[in-house]
Amino acid sequence: MKLGFLVDLNLCMGCKGCEIACKVENEVPLSSWRLRVKYIDVGTFPDTSRNFTPLRCNHCENAPCERICPVSALHYLDNGIVNIDNERCIGCAGCMMACPYGAIYMDPETNTADKCTYCAHRIEGGLMPACVVACPVEANIFGDVEDETSHISRYIMEHQGDVQVRKPEKHTNPKHFYVGGGNNTLNPLAHERIEGYGLFNNITHLKTLGDPHHSILERFTGPIFGHEHLDNKSFVDMDNDDSHESHKEGGHH
Amino acid sequence: MDHGTVIEATKAVVTLDVPLPGIIWGWMITLNMWAKSIGTGVILVGAFLLYRHKKEEMPNLRWMMPLISFIALNVFLLFTLVDLHQPLRMIHIFTHPHWTSAITVGAWMASLFTGLITLMTAIGFLDAYPDVARHSGIAKAIRKMSGFYETIFPFVVFLALPVTMYTAIIMAQSSARELWAAPAELIQMLMAAFMVGSASLILIAGKWSAEAKRDLAMVLALSVFFSFIMYMGEYFFSFKAAEVEATLTYIHEGGSYQLQFWSAMVLGYIIPFFIAMGSMKEESRVLMKFAALTTLIGLYLAKSTWLEIPQMIPLS
Repeated sequence: MKLGFLVDLNLCMGCKGCEIACKVENEVPLSSWRLRVKYIDVGTFPDTSRNFTPLRCNHCENAPCERICPVSALHYLDNGIVNIDNERCIGCAGCMMACPYGAIYMDPETNTADKCTYCAHRIEGGLMPACVVACPVEANIFGDVEDETSHISRYIMEHQGDVQVRKPEKHTNPKHFYVGGGNNTLNPLAHERIEGYGLFNNITHLKTLGDPHHSILERFTGPIFGHEHLDNKSFVDMDNDDSHESHKEGGHH
Repeated sequence: MDHGTVIEATKAVVTLDVPLPGIIWGWMITLNMWAKSIGTGVILVGAFLLYRHKKEEMPNLRWMMPLISFIALNVFLLFTLVDLHQPLRMIHIFTHPHWTSAITVGAWMASLFTGLITLMTAIGFLDAYPDVARHSGIAKAIRKMSGFYETIFPFVVFLALPVTMYTAIIMAQSSARELWAAPAELIQMLMAAFMVGSASLILIAGKWSAEAKRDLAMVLALSVFFSFIMYMGEYFFSFKAAEVEATLTYIHEGGSYQLQFWSAMVLGYIIPFFIAMGSMKEESRVLMKFAALTTLIGLYLAKSTWLEIPQMIPLS
């Protein structure tokens, strides 16, 4: 069995239902995302269109994150899911440097790496991932790509020639496919990020990676003596005003 | 909104996305790599000098070489540990090693290397200062194994090579950052070790023979020359790979990284090259020490630039 994901971008309407379902199901903290939907605008007025691309871990067959993880915190499950063991993670961020899809984040509450696991805990119980259940247009299709009769396998066969993966040149063999994608939606170098053209501007970054209330000293003492508990209100109260997206974030200008 | 911006009709614009994480590996990893280059470099350059010259020509080398390495390696290990978000779990690398990871292999090799350097430092120092801790049992035991220094030294030199280069494999395993290609980074790491290894030894080479100092100048000149050529090759001729070209725009198109990169090239490579070349003909102790200091500063700046710019491009 090799579990895979397919998103039909022709169906996706950018409602972000999957994003919220994932957040709720996996208790993903503010500032972090296991799954996010990116909006991209193409064309010149009045001939413009908006494209929506859900982005999550690709559960690569040849996963760079698994290879670089020094302690096997990232590991393959028998069903092909690239899973993560937060109790073993040392927080070196090697996986974040290795993942070509930017799918891994440093959880600010646990100070360990985290990412989409295709809701492995739900799969184990015979349930579908939360994002699949939440999608109102069934744009998210999930199943066994090695089973020729599965919905995802049939969908791939029916859309041959229009099925793509992100960054195939990286030889990661992603098990996350897109139908109806194009260079603009799947290639991050093909679009620009310009301050003032987004739906939300002056987006702020967290000043630190991981728990912002966790000093270097507390990284050592925290696990022994405990440390200040971080909740979502902490992020809301944080002062991030000197770190705006326009001058901190990368992109092609 | 900047109404002066012109967007090509064929270009797409991201209108909603979450912030990117920005710099993930920052100054601590730069310091880590820089210190490790010193820690291994002094051993490699020291071994070269011991091969070429009698040890009497470099009277303090036997204890200063491992001492500098020991200090640098401890800085390297400290910042490796501090950069972890769960530093107490560092032990997992030894209890749950994952051998496909260059981080794991490197951590094991660096730990062994540091252990051997610690022993060499203790032997070298106690031999150089026979009056220190004369009545201490531990000191006596270490002095008794004085010959062990020369026994393990060839192995330490051999181990210094993979210890200095394994970070290049970590960078190569960082598949998201195409700028860091294994062949180039391996050689750059090696050149960096020779650069700062010779620079560090220049700072303690006051009473050494002129021939030994000339060799130090030669190692410095050659290593900065080849490293500079590689940087220039990557800077000017990396247009074949789209992602690498996009990464290098952070240097090409001005801004702080351009200033940092060219400051690194001038301080760490161009100035030391000409001073070292001049010093090979006619020794200038003050200028060579100046070149050594600019090399150390320049390498840090170069490492910092090369580490950070690939982290700026969006991955998705």
